[in-house]
Amino acid sequence: MGAGDSMLWEVFIRARNGLSHRHAGSVHAADPEMALQAARDVYTRRGEGLSIWVVPSAAIVASDPSDKDSLFEPAASKIYRHPTFYDVPDEVGNM
Amino acid sequence: MATTSIRVAETPHISKLLQYADDVLILGHRTSEWTGHAPLLEEELALANIALDLIGQARALYQAAGELTGHSEDELAYLRDPPSFRNALIAELPNGDFAFTIARLFFVSVAYDQTWRGRQDDPALAAIAAKAAKESAYHIRHTAEWLIRLGDGTDESHRRARNAVESLWPYTGEIAADRAAWLRAVTPVLTRATLPLPPDAWMQSGGRTGRHTEHLGHLLAEMQILPRTFPGAVW
Repeated sequence: MGAGDSMLWEVFIRARNGLSHRHAGSVHAADPEMALQAARDVYTRRGEGLSIWVVPSAAIVASDPSDKDSLFEPAASKIYRHPTFYDVPDEVGNM
Repeated sequence: MATTSIRVAETPHISKLLQYADDVLILGHRTSEWTGHAPLLEEELALANIALDLIGQARALYQAAGELTGHSEDELAYLRDPPSFRNALIAELPNGDFAFTIARLFFVSVAYDQTWRGRQDDPALAAIAAKAAKESAYHIRHTAEWLIRLGDGTDESHRRARNAVESLWPYTGEIAADRAAWLRAVTPVLTRATLPLPPDAWMQSGGRTGRHTEHLGHLLAEMQILPRTFPGAVW
């Protein structure tokens, strides 16, 4: 079978407890179980993984790059939304 | 300057260690031959991962045998001739097509998974067996899922999977310590794969006593040529 018979899946890996799943890349596979195995074999070879999600790439709803001014520009002028006015103790760890 | 081969003075325990080590080394080497040839990038890495698991198991087993024989793991892997190898014949057969590769890995992984689970109370092997059992569990999962999809797939994939199972069957008599337990584990997967269970008829044997197929010599020639031609070569 060639890649043409397979669906594309997006792979999300959680590296440690307390972290969120992060996008690692994508794999080709014919169904969910094989996608999970492909993600394991491609993206957790160096001990990166504690948990894997795979999602059909077709299920991703993406914003249109041409909308970026209207979607993101309004946030640029609102510096008071950044929590930069607080000191975060080191013990808090990942935020 | 070529090296001379070694002969290992074998006790039953050493023979058993070499039998395990040779099985996983030879099967790992065969599996590694897929590197650069697999049907998908994802499967390329999956097969390479399995090959590396098997070769890692072989290293640990040769080191354990080395403590009893005084030979290093490299000497045991590279300086023995075919009649000194104790691997089952099924491990040395050429890869054939993808269905053959997958069916063979499945049959051997099931046998070894049972071996490793049965060895976890053996003080000499507990650590190796505990690590290897986690690896064999994944090897079964991966190859069983492929075999089900090949058997229950297209006419072509079914034909190839069926051919693979039928040609491999006479070689499955050497691998399982408990044939009935092995059959109990293999049968449900073949059923889901819509592949008929071949009858248990005459079985090939000879690997355990060093009587190998013609294929092992060729495999070893390729695997051993560098350390035999350049003794002590390092990267």
